[in-house]
Amino acid sequence: MNSISRFLKKLALLFRRRRFRAELEDEMAFHREQAEREFIAGGMKPEAARYAAMRQFGNAARVKEKSYEVMGFRLETVAQDLRFALRQLRKNSGFALTAIVILALGMGASVAIFAFVDAALLEPLPYFAPDRLMDVAENSAMFPRSNLSREDYDDWKRLNRSFGSLQVYGGTGYLLRTPSGPVPVPAGRVSDGFFSTLGVKPMLGRGFLPGEDRPGQPKILILSYGTWLTRYGGRRDIVGQAVNLNEDSYTVVGVLPREFSFAPRGNAEFWVPLLDKNGCEVRRSCHNLFGVGRLRDGVTPAAAFQEMKGIAAQLAVEYPGSNQGQGASVTPLSELIVGQVRPILFTLLSAAGLLLLIACVNVASLLLVRSEVRRREIAVRGALGATRVRLARQFATEGLLLAAVGSSAGILVAAWMMTTLRRLVPKSMADGMPFLNDVGLNAHTAVFAGAIALLAALLMAATPVLRLSFQDIRDGLGDGGRVAAGRFWRRVGANLVVVELSVAVVLLVGAGLLGKSFYRLLHVENGFDTTHLATVQMAAPGSGYSTKEKKVALFRAIDRRLSNLPGVQSVGITSDLPMQCNCDTDWIRIVGKPFHGEHNEVNSRDVSPGYLPTLKAHLLRGRMLTEDDDASKSQKIVINQAFAEKYFAGEDPIGQKVGNGNLDDRSIREIVGVVGNVREGGLDSEIWPAEYQAMYYDPDSFVAVAVRTTQDEKAVLPALVKALHEVDANLGTYGEITMTDQIETTQTALLHRLSTWLVACFAALALILGVVGLYGVIAYSVSQRTREIGVRMALGAQRSSVYQLVLGEAGRLIAVGVVVGLAAAVGAATLMRKLLFGVQAWDAGTLLGVAVVLGASALLASYIPARRAASVNPTEALRAE
Amino acid sequence: MARKPDLLPGTLDMLILRTLQRAPLHGYGIALQIKRLSDDVLTVEEGSLYPALQRLLLQGWVKAEWKMTETNRRARFYTLTAAGRKQLGVELTQFEQMIEAIGRVLRDVQEA
Repeated sequence: MNSISRFLKKLALLFRRRRFRAELEDEMAFHREQAEREFIAGGMKPEAARYAAMRQFGNAARVKEKSYEVMGFRLETVAQDLRFALRQLRKNSGFALTAIVILALGMGASVAIFAFVDAALLEPLPYFAPDRLMDVAENSAMFPRSNLSREDYDDWKRLNRSFGSLQVYGGTGYLLRTPSGPVPVPAGRVSDGFFSTLGVKPMLGRGFLPGEDRPGQPKILILSYGTWLTRYGGRRDIVGQAVNLNEDSYTVVGVLPREFSFAPRGNAEFWVPLLDKNGCEVRRSCHNLFGVGRLRDGVTPAAAFQEMKGIAAQLAVEYPGSNQGQGASVTPLSELIVGQVRPILFTLLSAAGLLLLIACVNVASLLLVRSEVRRREIAVRGALGATRVRLARQFATEGLLLAAVGSSAGILVAAWMMTTLRRLVPKSMADGMPFLNDVGLNAHTAVFAGAIALLAALLMAATPVLRLSFQDIRDGLGDGGRVAAGRFWRRVGANLVVVELSVAVVLLVGAGLLGKSFYRLLHVENGFDTTHLATVQMAAPGSGYSTKEKKVALFRAIDRRLSNLPGVQSVGITSDLPMQCNCDTDWIRIVGKPFHGEHNEVNSRDVSPGYLPTLKAHLLRGRMLTEDDDASKSQKIVINQAFAEKYFAGEDPIGQKVGNGNLDDRSIREIVGVVGNVREGGLDSEIWPAEYQAMYYDPDSFVAVAVRTTQDEKAVLPALVKALHEVDANLGTYGEITMTDQIETTQTALLHRLSTWLVACFAALALILGVVGLYGVIAYSVSQRTREIGVRMALGAQRSSVYQLVLGEAGRLIAVGVVVGLAAAVGAATLMRKLLFGVQAWDAGTLLGVAVVLGASALLASYIPARRAASVNPTEALRAE
Repeated sequence: MARKPDLLPGTLDMLILRTLQRAPLHGYGIALQIKRLSDDVLTVEEGSLYPALQRLLLQGWVKAEWKMTETNRRARFYTLTAAGRKQLGVELTQFEQMIEAIGRVLRDVQEA
C-alpha cells in the first residue's frame, strides 16, 4: 500500500518536475540567505558572509541531485547514461557493429522462422470453428488414408450420428472453352453442403443449395476468386452467365471470397456440384473422393472415429467384394493441411533457436571482453566516487542500447527473410499451403520478437553487471588485480566458447545429415533415365474422340508427329507419369491362385507401346507391349519386378493371367513381360507392384506425353506443345515440364532442399560465430600472458613450446566443445529422424566430417594468436610491463 | 567518498521528526533548531537535510506548504503528519532500545 502511494507521488511529481525543482531551488536559496544573515548578525562583512554561507551549504548541485534521486525515477541519470553509452558505442563502432549484426542475424532468423510456424501451426484454418472440422476418409492396409467411394459416402452420411454435416470433395479437370481454344483447367467437385460446412460464403452470388448435387440437377458452378479476376476480369455480372466446360454449359451461381483457400484442392479454378455419377462412381470400389465433416457438439474426434470404423465394418460385411478390409480414418482437417510441414518447421525453429543462442553467447562474450578492457576506466570512475550501483547502471544502459538497436535490425532482417523464404516456395506448392499468406509481422510474431528482444536485453545488461559484481573495483587500478581478473575472464570466456562450439557442432551435424538425406533422395534408384525427358499433360475433347478407335488413331498420330520433331528420339504416352504418386491403383486377383477377397493393390498405368522404351525401363523377361496389343486381341500387360516378386515368387510370370476380384471376362489380362521397377511414387515412397496395360486396348482421354530427346530437353518443350496443337487444335495441353525439373520441384524434394539450405546457412553462421568466439578467447588469453610468455622465452623456451602452450589451450576447448556437441547432435538428430532419408542419426561419416571441419577451422583460428605469441620479443614483453 | 559521521546513521529522520513535533519549521529552521538544542554538538549538513526532507515527504510523514516567516520571507514550512507522529514513536522506541543495549554492553566491559 505504502509503496503504491509512494509510486503515485513519484508519478505525480514526474509531471510537475519543473515546479518541484523551482521549489527546491527557492528553498535552498532561502536557506543560504538565512545563513548569510546569521553571519552578518555575527559581525561579518556582507561579502564574506555570502561566501561563508555558500561554503557552509556545500555543493548545491550535489544537494539538488541527491534530492532528485529521492523523488524522481532517475530519468536524469538515465538520459545521462544513454548519452554516455552512445558515445562509448560510437567510439568503439567496430565492437558495436559486430554485436548488432550478430544479434540481428540471430534474432531475424528465429523471428522469420517463427512467423512460418505461427502461420502454419498456431493460426487456426480460415474456416468457421476449424477445430471441429475433420478429414474423413477410408483406410486400407496399404493406404492409411485412402479415397472415399461415392457409394460408401452415401451410406456413411446416412448412418453416422457423429457429424452434424458430412461432405465430400474430389479433384477433376475440364477443358474450358475459351476464344483462343480449349484450355485444361483444374476443378473441384463437391457435395452440396461443402462450402456451408466450412463456413464459407461466396462474396458474389450464392453457394450450392441442398439437393443441387444430385444426379440430373442443372449444371452450375462457383468460381474461385483468382479465376474470376483473371478469366472474367472481375465482372460483377458474371453471376448467371454460362461457362463452357467439356462442351457442357454451366451457369455461374457465385464467386468465392478472396481469402478462401482449400489446400487439398488448392489449384481448383471452378467448383461444381457432384451431379451425375461418372463412369467409375457407379462402382462401390471406385475411390475418388475425400470427406470433410463437422463434428456435432460434444462428439470427440475419437468417438467419431469409432463410429465410422463401425459403419465401415458393417459395410464390409454387406459388400465383401468391394469393402473387405476397408476401414475408416478420421483426423483433424488441420492435420491434413499442416501435418507434413510440422516436423520441418520444428526442425527449422530449433535450428534458428540454436543460432540465436550462439549469437547471444557471442555478444555476451564480446561484452565481457569489453568490460575487461575497461577495467581501468571502471576503477578510475569508482575512485572518483561512482558507486557500484551507478556503474552497473551505466553498463546495463550500454547493454540495453545495444540490444535495442540489434533487435530493431533483427526485425528488419526477419521481414526480409520472410519475403525471401516465401518467394522460394513455388506456386504449385504454395497452392497446398494457404497458411503462407498469413506469414508476416502480426501480433503473435510481434510478441515473439518482443520476448526475444527482452531476453537479449536482459542478457546484455546482466552480463557486464554480473562481471562487475565479481570484481573489486579498486583492483583495477593496481597491476596486482590483473592476473586474478584475467583468470576470471579466461574461465568464463572458455566456458562460453565451449557452449558456442558445441552448438555449432549440433547445427553442422544437422545440416550435414539433412544434406546427405537430400543427396540420397535425389539419387534414389528410379529405374529409368530421368535426363533428356520432356513431358506434357494433354486432354482430348470428348466430342471429337468419343470412341476407342478415334482415341487410338489420335495417339498414333501424335506418336508419328512427335517422333518427327528434330531432336526427338522416341515418344511415349501414359495415363500417369512416373515420380508422381503410388495412386491410380487397381485391385487384382491372380488366375489359378487361392483368393479370399483380399485387396491386392497395384499401381495401374495405361501406356502406349513406346512408353516403357522411351523411359529406358529395363526389360527383365518376356517382351514389351507392341502396336498390335490393341482391342482386337486379348488384353496384355507388362508388370514390374516388385509385382513379379510379390505374386510370382519362384515362378515365371510370363503367360500368367490376372483379373479383378470376380475374374470377370473383360478384366482378364495376360502378362507378357517384366520390367525393372520404375519409380511411380515420390522420391521417398516405397516401390509398389505395378502393371502397365496396353493403352491401345482401352485408351483414356486425359494422358501425359513423354519424349526422349537427344538435345536439351527444355528446348523441346515449346515445339512439343506446338506439334500437339498441329495434330488437333482442340487438344488441351498443360503442365509442360522436363522430368529433371519435375523431380526437383516435387514437394518432397522442395521441402528437403529448403530445410537443408536453411539449416546449412544457420550452421555456417554458427561455425563462423563459434570460431570467432574461440579466436577472441585465445587472443585475449595470449595478450594477458604476454609477460609470462616473455619470461618463458627469456628463460630459454623454444617457439615450438609457445605454440604448444597456446594451441594446447585451444585444443582442449575445441575437444570439449566437439565431444559435447557430437553427443548433443546425435540426440537432436534422433528427434528429427522423420526428416532423414537413407541416413541414420548417428551417421559416422557426417559426425566425423563435422568434427574435422570444426576442429580444423577452430585450430586455424587459434593459430593466429599462437603465432603472435610465438613471435613475442622477450625483452619488449618484459619492458612493456 | 568519506563523510564525517556527524550523526549516528539513521538518526537524522528521527531528529527532524522530533524537531517538527514542537512546531512547523522550514529547512533552515530545522537545521538551526537541531544545532541549538544539541548545544552545537550536532550539525546537520544541508547535503543530507534536503534529501532527507524529500524522503519524509515521500513517505507521507511530513507535509510541506509555503508560508511567510516573521521576517516576511516566503519559506517552505514542514509539518508533522499523523503518520509522522506514529513513525516518530516507533523510531524513538527503537532508538532507546538501541542506546540501552549499547549502554549495557559498554557497562559490562567496564565492570569486567
